[in-house]
Amino acid sequence: MADTLQFDLVSPERRLASVEASEVQIPGADGDLTAMAGHAPTITTLRPGVLKVVRNGGTDEYVVLGGFAEITATSVSVLAESALPRGEMTQEVFNTMMSDAHAEMTKAKEVFDNEPGPVDDAAKLIADMVAVGTHIGLDPKQSNFG
Amino acid sequence: MPSLKDLKNRIASVKSTRKITKAMQMVAAAKLRRAQDAAEAARPYTERFNAVMAGLSQAAEGSPSAPKLLAGTGSDNTHLLVVMTAERGLCGGFNANIAKLARQHAKKLLAEGKTVKILTVGKKGRDSMRRDLGDHFVGHIDMSGVKRMSYADAQKVAKDVLNRFDASEFDIATMFFARFENVVSQHPTAQQIIPAKFEAAADANTANMLYDYEPSEEAILADLLPRGVATQIFAALLENAASEQGARMSAMDNATRNAGDMIDDLTIEYNRSRQAKITNELIEIISGAEAL
Repeated sequence: MADTLQFDLVSPERRLASVEASEVQIPGADGDLTAMAGHAPTITTLRPGVLKVVRNGGTDEYVVLGGFAEITATSVSVLAESALPRGEMTQEVFNTMMSDAHAEMTKAKEVFDNEPGPVDDAAKLIADMVAVGTHIGLDPKQSNFG
Repeated sequence: MPSLKDLKNRIASVKSTRKITKAMQMVAAAKLRRAQDAAEAARPYTERFNAVMAGLSQAAEGSPSAPKLLAGTGSDNTHLLVVMTAERGLCGGFNANIAKLARQHAKKLLAEGKTVKILTVGKKGRDSMRRDLGDHFVGHIDMSGVKRMSYADAQKVAKDVLNRFDASEFDIATMFFARFENVVSQHPTAQQIIPAKFEAAADANTANMLYDYEPSEEAILADLLPRGVATQIFAALLENAASEQGARMSAMDNATRNAGDMIDDLTIEYNRSRQAKITNELIEIISGAEAL
């Protein structure tokens, strides 16, 4: 079929999905984008977010953290540093991720006292994480962080 | 000549050793399968990643603004050797071979007048290199708590290496690990990780395609290079884990077979001396009866 594309989602530890999809919504670093068949070849980095795959028979959602997506006219490959099907994203997993993000922030503040860059990056990571949490209905504030 | 009782004890002890080595071999076989599956599962990611990175780095290589991780610091005076070995022994020459390769490399660099720093991952390599190269150790990453190698473990190593690079502690990083060929052969390998080198996969058409980059090409490269280091380290750790189990499996197989041979020899000796004792007693009885 001309109007579908091959979608692959791989993390370093496993291949999560390899299906024919009609559209893929990707949380790109510069904003969300939707890839459909015939998309111009693009490589974009990812921000933490929810990746949505629309395919024959329903939609799949995955929570992805970092990595990049390679889009061509006939395929989308997402290489996520960490990826989970939405169903496996529980409050517990989310809390761990949040606390990692906060730890990162604390460290960035310590190490880069006078350079705002890394601290801003860490703050953005936390903001993105919170957005993800809100989006899928998990409470980002449940775990107590200052 | 050992007494019958000694021989009997000896046989029993070798038998229980054989049981242990046999069990270890079977455990290693099961772990090997799991390690191989893990390495297999990681392959698509690594291949794709390297293909994209090969395309990106080709474009960036010539430009003067190329990131240091790709282009290098411009000198090669200080080398960091990342030596990855197992946490446990009893796996044949596995740890020794990796340490040997790393040692040769270190000696060569030292002879050329370079500075060598060593970061060890896994206890065994550290132990075996401490005596002659202990002065060069700069750090150690403990993997003893790790049951299944995960990407987070690789990130831990990568972060350590990258922090040192950012602090200008070294110019070139090389890692040492054993590449898994099959159960009986594992090749100790040296691979340069910084400055990064990416080998394009066989299907070079992905690299030739003209991509749009979002955000800019440089930003993507800067974002992906550190991840590339982690990816390469992860692949190496997985190979190493599979190699370790493979080496242990064949070492334990050999040990089991040796124990079997030893038991056979001891049993023959035991039977012989028992027969000799019986014959001796008979002779004594007969000669005693004749004397009457």
